[in-house]
Amino acid sequence: MTSKFHIQDLSVYFHGINVIQHLSLQIPDKEILGIIGPASSGKTTFLRVLNRMNELEQGSRVEGRVLMDGEDIYRSECDPVKLRKRVGMVFALPVPLPMSIYDNIVYGPTLAGASNRHRLDELVEKSLKDAFLWEEVKDRLKTSGLRLSGGQQQRLCLARVLAMQPEVILLDEPCSGLDPISTTKIEEALTKLKQDYTIILVTNNTKQAARISDNTAFFLMGQLIEIGPTDRIFTAPREKTTNDYVTGRFG
Amino acid sequence: MKLLGEKGVQKILLVTAFSAISALLLIALFIIKEGLPFLITYGLGDFLLSSDWQPQSGKFGILPMVAASLWVTLGAMIVGAPLGVAGAIFLSEFAPRPVMRVIKPTIELLAAIPSVVYGFIGVMVLAPLIRSSLGGPGLSLLAASIILGIMILPTIISISIDSILAVPQSYREGSLALGATVWQTIHMVTIRAARSGIIASIILGMGRAIGETMAVIMVAGNAVKIPRSALDSVRSLTANIALEMSYATGLHREALFATGVILFVVIITLNSIAILAIRKRVGKR
Amino acid sequence: MRIPPRFTQHGAIALLGGGTLVTVIILVFIVVFVLEKGLPVLSLSFLFSNPEEMGRAGGIFPTLIGTIVLPLLAILIATPLGLGTSVYLTEYTRESRITKVIRFGTDCLAGIPSIIFGLFGFIFFVTTLGMGWSILSGGLTLAFMILPTIIRTSEEAIKAVPKSYRDVSFSLGATRWQTVRRVILPNALPGILTGVMLGIGRSIGETAAVIFTAGSSLRLPSSIFDSTRTMAVHFYILAREGISSENAYGTAAALIIAVLLVNLTAYWLMHWFISRRS
Repeated sequence: MTSKFHIQDLSVYFHGINVIQHLSLQIPDKEILGIIGPASSGKTTFLRVLNRMNELEQGSRVEGRVLMDGEDIYRSECDPVKLRKRVGMVFALPVPLPMSIYDNIVYGPTLAGASNRHRLDELVEKSLKDAFLWEEVKDRLKTSGLRLSGGQQQRLCLARVLAMQPEVILLDEPCSGLDPISTTKIEEALTKLKQDYTIILVTNNTKQAARISDNTAFFLMGQLIEIGPTDRIFTAPREKTTNDYVTGRFG
Repeated sequence: MKLLGEKGVQKILLVTAFSAISALLLIALFIIKEGLPFLITYGLGDFLLSSDWQPQSGKFGILPMVAASLWVTLGAMIVGAPLGVAGAIFLSEFAPRPVMRVIKPTIELLAAIPSVVYGFIGVMVLAPLIRSSLGGPGLSLLAASIILGIMILPTIISISIDSILAVPQSYREGSLALGATVWQTIHMVTIRAARSGIIASIILGMGRAIGETMAVIMVAGNAVKIPRSALDSVRSLTANIALEMSYATGLHREALFATGVILFVVIITLNSIAILAIRKRVGKR
Repeated sequence: MRIPPRFTQHGAIALLGGGTLVTVIILVFIVVFVLEKGLPVLSLSFLFSNPEEMGRAGGIFPTLIGTIVLPLLAILIATPLGLGTSVYLTEYTRESRITKVIRFGTDCLAGIPSIIFGLFGFIFFVTTLGMGWSILSGGLTLAFMILPTIIRTSEEAIKAVPKSYRDVSFSLGATRWQTVRRVILPNALPGILTGVMLGIGRSIGETAAVIFTAGSSLRLPSSIFDSTRTMAVHFYILAREGISSENAYGTAAALIIAVLLVNLTAYWLMHWFISRRS
């Protein structure tokens, strides 16, 4: 098992407030890592460290090293724009851009310079198939992405990320507003996608983590409490707080 | 654009961002450059306080014009402020919302009517009316005040309505729950809360009245003398500049620029006060 | 004896409503009066034929050209500058002393009366830079005048674009400029166009600034270095010199219609923009 990410002593500050404290962990390649924990435990902040999206907020500061494939993504030679092409993100609320389904998906690739129409068409088809959305929209690729249902929009967002052909997919509570059927479809897609991508999934729903993640990390108030294979975390966790959280004693 | 890169684009945008402040500085610079030497040599006191305006003999006392501008502005405030604030209160607190939503844009649209048209109406309708009912030449301080008052109505109404609507509903509810009537709530609570915005709108209106040129030229009569009654013909500072600029040379021209400097300073000061008041409210929200 | 609050309320409503009615009536009267006297004069031949005897007879064609060309030049100059400013303020910096200074400058510029712009345009463009009374001088001066309007409205429009769009664009590996160009500007376009329309409307009605910079030549301009007369200036001259009351009304009617059309377009755009958002 190789590590895609090696995080060493990471601390994150927002306007002086220490929101993540001395975090160290390794994230395995081509597996699903579920991150669970109550609200405000730093899960989303941690996720946004991995694609340097936290820099867009005023007043944020990062200390420590975040190594991806052995190289620190925060070193000065590393271009965040290029990084985000390798590390894609799906947000909690589905946000289709106000364009057609087709244009949503090719947005990222065309910015990177892709222009061959034929190849773009193939890319759109593959991405939508991998996101389990192709069958439902293949006849209306030119209609606006805003017309889709919530679950469809979220899968569109996933397809949009896949079209970038990244190495890592970050998901921030992707199913929080969705109905069970859409949730199942997305979980199905992720399970299939982990063969080719490293997936990191932040979720408030512990059962979802139990269902699909290979490994699970438990965050509490900016600190990593425990990380390990999902089976062990949920049946025989080493820390008492982990046990209390997964059995629902607090949350 | 690809040639420029992100840094290049950012630099270009930074340059454009300074265009407004550069324009302001440029304007200030040139107006002051042309007018300040005159003020220094002729003397600010003589300039402002003498009523002897005879450019041919080198006499540049602008007191009649200062008086005219002050009186016309005062008159415009007397006409425009009560009418404007009344309209704003009625439209935001009493009129049904759909009615307000139609009338407010209509009034704002009417604000776009060019000032020369307002002046023309003053000449063709108002001045004869004044002449026949009150006497005098008709083209007078009174006519200018009324026309200017009408011209600043949209400014006062529009900004006042925005200020009144910005007062939180909880203030009104708190008052009504204590048994006050709607009108009592309005004048004891709502207006007090919206006070700074309403005053700001009046100050902005005042700035506009002082700076108005074309309409005043057309209806005020343009005589260079200190007004003794509202029916007298007067010439405002702005009218003076516009009327004489086309043929003024040398010291005469500098005097007109000096008038411009005075106007510039007064209006920038007024507007800064108003803007600070408005931006502070928006900041609080 | 204290008047019961109920009565004061009724009195207040009557007074306020009366005041509002007076305002609306006056403003509507102005438009109706001018249109009533001016529309009969307004005909295609009036608009498209040349003036004779300094405007005593004939049409107003050269002024029509002036009224189109001058605002057009002003918009061409002011829009890139104003748009650049608002994009920079909203997307490229955070609130700081510099942004406060820029905003203060914009607000001050907005309050300067047109006669001062006229004086400035005259001393700077016409005289110092040697452009003479010309479309160029007039267009540049008008551009300074409408710059604050463009900046304000486009900043509102850009701020109204949801933050989540920016997040998504960045997360897909877009640079800041790509995000602005591909996502933010297209979405802010209706609001920006509203500002452009308002700027055009203001330019059309402007007189004091135009007379001292573009002059008042009645000849058809052949280049941007020629002087020209706009409908507003023509109307002012006709009215003040008492040249032709009839043609004055006709020009005024044309002026009002032009201004109203432009502003109505701006409002319509704004409403379409708002309804698309929600």
